[in-house]
Parts: sequence; C-alpha cells; structure tokens
Amino acid sequence: MSTMLAVEGVTRRFGGLVAVSEASFTVETGSITGLIGPNGAGKTTLFSMISGFQAPSAGRILFRGEDVTGVEAHRLALQGIARTFQIVQPFAGLSVVENIAVGAHLRHAGRAEALAKARAVAHAVGLAHTLDAPAASLTVAGRKRLELARALATEPALLLLDEVLAGLNPSEIRDIVPVLQNIRAGGVTILMIEHVMQAVMSLCEVVHVLASGRIIAGGPPAEVCQDPRVIEAYLGSRAPRAAAVPEGAVP
Amino acid sequence: MTTKDWPTLLIVVAIALVPLATSANTVLNFLVFTLIIALAAQGWNILGGYGGQFSFGHAAFFGTGAYVTAILQVRLGVNGWAGFALGIAAGALIGAIIGYLSFRSGLRGSYFALVTLAFAEVLRVVANAAPVTGGAAGLLVRLEPGAANFQFENRAVFVWIALALVAGVLVLTRRMEQSRFGAQLVAVRENEEAARALGVDALATKLKAITLSAAVTAAAGALYVQYFLYVDAGLAFGTWISVEALLAAMAGGKGTVLGPLVGALTLHSLGEVTKAFAGRVPGIDLVIFGLVLVAVVAFAPDGLMGLARRLRGRMRRKAVASEAAA
Amino acid sequence: MYPPAIIAEAALNGLLQGAVYALVALGLTLIYGVLHIINFAHGVLLTAAMFAVWAAQTWLGLDPYVSILIVAPLFFGIGYALQRFVIGPASHGDDGNILLVTLGLAIALENGLLALFRSDTRTLAGEAGFAVVPVGPFLLSQPKLVGFVVTLLVAALLWLLLDRTDTGRAIRAVAKEKLGASLVGIDVQHTYAVTFGLGCACLGIAAALLLPSFYVNPRVGNAFVLVAFTIVVLGGMGSIPGALIGGLVIGVVEALCGLYLGDSLGQLGIFLIFILVLLIRPTGLFGAKA
Repeated sequence: MSTMLAVEGVTRRFGGLVAVSEASFTVETGSITGLIGPNGAGKTTLFSMISGFQAPSAGRILFRGEDVTGVEAHRLALQGIARTFQIVQPFAGLSVVENIAVGAHLRHAGRAEALAKARAVAHAVGLAHTLDAPAASLTVAGRKRLELARALATEPALLLLDEVLAGLNPSEIRDIVPVLQNIRAGGVTILMIEHVMQAVMSLCEVVHVLASGRIIAGGPPAEVCQDPRVIEAYLGSRAPRAAAVPEGAVP
Repeated sequence: MTTKDWPTLLIVVAIALVPLATSANTVLNFLVFTLIIALAAQGWNILGGYGGQFSFGHAAFFGTGAYVTAILQVRLGVNGWAGFALGIAAGALIGAIIGYLSFRSGLRGSYFALVTLAFAEVLRVVANAAPVTGGAAGLLVRLEPGAANFQFENRAVFVWIALALVAGVLVLTRRMEQSRFGAQLVAVRENEEAARALGVDALATKLKAITLSAAVTAAAGALYVQYFLYVDAGLAFGTWISVEALLAAMAGGKGTVLGPLVGALTLHSLGEVTKAFAGRVPGIDLVIFGLVLVAVVAFAPDGLMGLARRLRGRMRRKAVASEAAA
Repeated sequence: MYPPAIIAEAALNGLLQGAVYALVALGLTLIYGVLHIINFAHGVLLTAAMFAVWAAQTWLGLDPYVSILIVAPLFFGIGYALQRFVIGPASHGDDGNILLVTLGLAIALENGLLALFRSDTRTLAGEAGFAVVPVGPFLLSQPKLVGFVVTLLVAALLWLLLDRTDTGRAIRAVAKEKLGASLVGIDVQHTYAVTFGLGCACLGIAAALLLPSFYVNPRVGNAFVLVAFTIVVLGGMGSIPGALIGGLVIGVVEALCGLYLGDSLGQLGIFLIFILVLLIRPTGLFGAKA
C-alpha cells in the first residue's frame, strides 16, 4: 500500500504560542484514518496546513510523494486534496445542486457537465431529493451531507473531514457512516478529525492522537484507546493509569 | 433563450421602438442618458452584485473611459470609434490595477469600498489639475457629425447605439451567470474560504470580475463623451456617477441580469417626476435617490427584480393552492 | 524652496488645523469602535452642523463658540435618532447594508441641504476668521489655536466620560462584547444610539471650531469625509489616541502639501496616504486587528 499523505515534523507557531509541534504521521492510500485528540489540541490547525489554508512554520507535507508544503488551498484542491469545515459553510444564496456544482466546476468547465456531476454526487450522499431546495433550508444533517458532496464533487484523492459527525444524533450518524464507507470504496482516501468515538472505532483502520500540539500515539483504534498516554491526555493526569476506554464510549 | 428571457427581450424591443414613435428631444435625451447610466450600473453589478464587492468609486472607470477617448480625439485626432475602443481598454486596465492592489492586500467590505472611493478621488483631483485633461476647464470634443466619427445628428441613432451596448451586456451577463466563472464568482461572494477549498482561485476570480466590470463602466463613460462632447473632472470622476451606478443596480436588483436596466429606468423616471412636481429646486431628485437607497436596503434588499420574483412565487403558490382546492 | 520659518509656520498651523480634523475623526472612530460601522454620512453631518452654526450666527446673532451650547446637544439628538430609528432598523444588522444605508443618508442629506441652502458658499460674518496670535516668532491663526485647545478639552472630557461614568462603561462593554453586555442588562440599541449621538456631537463642536476660518456649502463635507477617514484609518479604527495623533499628522501633511503643491493638489497627499495605509496596514498605527 502506498502512502497518500506524509506529514513530517510539522510545526505551527502563532507568535509565542505553539499550536502544533513536530507532528509526524502518514495516511495510507485507500484508508480511512482518524485524527483524534482533546479539544484545542491543534487538529484543525493541522488540517488547515494540510489543505493549504496556512503554511507550517517548520516541517514538510508530502502528498503522493510530492512536497506540497505551503501550496495554496485552491491549487491543492486541483491536485486532489479536498476538505470540509467544522462549522458548515453552505453558499447561502444557492440551491443544493448549485452548491455542489461549484465543486464540480473544478474538473468540468461546462455548466451542463458540472450540474450533471453535481446531481450524481448528490445521489451518492443521499441528497437527491432536495436538489433544488435552497441550501439554507437544509437541516444540520443535510448541511453536513452538502459539505461532503461539495468536496466530493472536486474528485479528490484525499478527503479531509473536519468533525463531519458533530451535531448529528445517533440515527443520523448511523445513516451517514455507510456513505463514508462508500466514498472510500469509490477510491477516495479519508482523513477524519472526529470526537464521536463509536464512529472512529467502526470506520478507521488507523488513528493518530494529537494532544497539546503533539502526536502522542498512533495505530489501530482499539489499541490507541487503551494507551495510558491517550487516556491521560483526555482525562488528565489524575485518571487511573490502568483505566481502559470501553468500546463505543466517548472519552 | 428560455422563458426567463422574454421580459428582457420585451423591454429591449420596447425601448428600441421609442425613437420611432417620437422625435421629442427631451424623451430621446432622457433615454440616452438613462441608458448610459444603465450601462455603468451593469458594470457595477458584475463586481458588486455577482461578486459581492461593493465599489463606491466606479467613477474611476467611467472617467477613465471618458477621458481617454476625449484626450485621444482632441489631442491626437484619433477616430471616435478607435477612441471608444481604447477608452474601454484603458478602463479595463485601471480596473485590473485597482483590483490587484486592493484584493492582493485582502481588502473587503467597507475597506474595499473606502479604497475605491479614494482611488476615484485621486483621479478626480489629478484630472482637475493636469494640463492634458484640460484641467478645471475640461475638454470639448469638436462637433463633426458623421458615422465615421461616431457622432450623429439624429439622437435616435445614439439611443440605438446605447441600447445595443446595454443589450450586449445583458447577453454577456446572462452568459456569465451560466458559466464556470459566474458560479465561481458567486461562490467567492457567498463564502470565500469555502470556495477556495473547492479549488476556486479567489484572487484571480475577483480580478477578472473587476476588470470586466471596469471595462463595461468605461464604455458608459466613453459613450457619455461621444454624446455630450464635453468632459471635466467632476463629470468624469465625480461621486455622482459612482452613486448612480451603485443605486441603479441596487434598486433594480443586484446580482440579476435585468436589475441595472430596470433600476436606471425606474430611478430616472422617478427623478423626472420629482423634478416636475418640485420645480426648480436643485438636488431634490437626489434626495429621493438617497431615501430610495435606504428604503431598498430596509425593505427590498433584492431590489425590484427581487420583489417581482417574490410576487411570481406567491402567485404560483396561490395557483397551486386553488388547483388543489378545486 | 521655502525658508524654514515659512515651513515651520505652515506646519504649526497645520498642526492646529489637524486638531480639529482629529475632533471630526474622533466621532468617526468612536462610532466605528463601538458599532463597527463606517459612517459614510459623517461628512454630510459635519456640513449640516456647519450650516447650523452659520444659521445660529446669521438668524440668531450667536457667536460661533457660544452656539456650541446649542449645536452640540442638537446634533447629539440627531445622531441618536438616526441610529435608533433609521440606521439600526434599516440595516438588519448586516455590515454591507449599514454601508449602503449610511451612503443613502449621506446622499439624501447632502442634497437636502442643497435644496434648502442652494450651492452658494457662505462664510461667517466678522473678522474673527483672520485674527492671528503671535506665538514666539510665528503668527498663528487664532481660530485654529482656539480649535486646538477646545479639541484637547473635548478629547479629555470624552476620555473621562468613557472611563469614569456608567454610560461610558456601558459603551466600552458593548464595544467589546455585545452579547455579554446585553446579558448583564445593558440596553444595546440605546448604547449604540448614544455612541452615534456622541460622534455627531463631536461634529457639532468641530463645526463651530472650523467655520470661523473656513466656509460652508453643501459640498464641503465631502472634502472632510476622506480626510476624516484617512485619519481614522491611519490612527487605527476605534482608537481614540490614534484619531488624535492621526489628525495632527494629517494636518501637518496637508499644510506642507498645500505649500509645495498648491491648493488644487494639496489634498492629493492625503488621499495617497489613505490608499497606502489601506493597502499596507489597514489596522493603522494603533488599531486592533480588523
């Protein structure tokens, strides 16, 4: 299996504050990889560096073997990295299909082709019944799928999902998990920031843990969740060292 | 062409027929002037309506088109048509420069509006003092009627030329709406960050928009000079045209194809009515314009076209409801 | 080249003039700092205030400095009403809309003044505008000197108001954290309106200080708009010390530009500074991040 993404010693400083420190990990092609960690650990900052919204203060980012450190967001999208945002940002004045078409236009110049592609993607994520509805009228679950659809329409090789499950109730989560699995089955590698542990356990083959800006663990989810360093990061140093996080629970 | 385009076609044809129905100078004058404003507003609409970047200094482009064609004709004896084309090109260049400086620095919203205002004022001050522009006295283009000179004795011809330009931009705008550029421009307007994540080069998109916008408004300025044969700093770069372009687009419906034309016609008709009632009081029509702007923002932010769309939607819903009840 | 004495005198007078500019900018920066709106009607409101001062002298026989007692509260009221009943409701809280609403008001007001007063230029009666005060080797313009002193007084009063009074605390609270302020019982709409009123009151005072050495016609506000904006942008949006220092700087720049470039191009220096600041450092010298 080849490496889709390699993050090497990436650091991000904001004046005196170090948000991310010497983070290194890889994402294998065709995998669903998780990036977890307590709030404020620096996960979204890491995402914004990988997707070209910020440049690292130090370190390298390699995408499919090529150094893309500091390359701008729109160029990375063209190269095959797409991302969703933690706080969903639909194009308010447009309909659902018009929203998705903006993503489709990256690879399709003609309006008709872009709209056709948009419809196809909407089908794939389960939005086919609301194509012409204004994006502003969607529920939270609908907007999450819209974020997904827009990013997918750019035909990425690597999809960065920033807490795509946040704000969804258990049945909505249950409905969207197969969508994510289908995306992977379609050949897209996924790197997801997530707090919903049940989903992380069931979706991700590999999980990396970021705490206070540093990667402190990495491996299969079941293993990582038993790691005492990970437990300490989530619960604080007073937590019993031997405590294990039961499967399905949210730490 | 779809059913959506019938109203546009109707309005254009209706205006085209007016010079055949009357040769009254006041009417034809009104039409030419209003169409020039509409053209300037169409330019503003591309950047402000579709692009979401409100410029308060579109006079910079209007004036560039006006002065370049005036200077070329008066000082260098260049042909009127060539001057017109070069005026548009110059306007596009100024647009690209102002756009590059402003957008590269990340200026948006109020700051962008302010800087465009400042650029227009700088040009006005310079044009008022520089010898090449005739300084405070301005420039008079020699009256030489003839199709080859882009001057016509018959005002009707000017009406049709202005109308042709407006109609051309109507088509251009419609095409833009249906294009990749249009979709990307609107995306940048709605949410620049999300657009960038989808591969849209926000800076390039905004630059294209302002260049196109400036070219169209410059055409209006150049046409103004051909019709009135006179230009000075206040007419070319004054805030009056920045306001007219913005207001017509807003009142008619920003971000729509027909908005600027509808807005210009409505506002200027309103202005004429006001002047007729209020007599010779100077500025009274502009007081109305100012209040209209406030009213539009308060009650009808999508302008007349938005109101029309809401009305159509309500009528459609009523039709469906009454059908269901029957 | 001019002898240093001339330059120094021009610069000094420019400094004094700059103080009044600073007063105009103070109102603007206060409004921006609290309401986060750029008040495009600021210049026109200054024009209106200047007409009010002129009218007070011409119709009521009041000395301009005395008329401050009427014009300042009057314009506080006008500003309060404008924000409370027009700008606030019309803009539905959207920044882009506020921009357009203040622009619309500016157009309506300016042309309303035009309709009322026609375009004739008017000046105050009397010779007070030309009086000079010898200070050391220099001859300083008396009205400008008075303007300088009064501006510093007003700035000090404003600082006291913001720092020591309940109203001032409410204003600072709303500027920092609107939601939190409303949660502790501060009437945000009222505070906004008070702030706008204060900004306009500053204009009322500035008008009385400016008119003796200047003239008024409906277009005069336009010139002041960009100068005020330049000062605010230079000093930093929302920063009161920034407005003061920026005003002084701009006053000097204008005087020197006028000296070297002549009146018609004098304002050019200001506009170019404005553009440069916006392009390079839009937060200004003292402003917070935009």
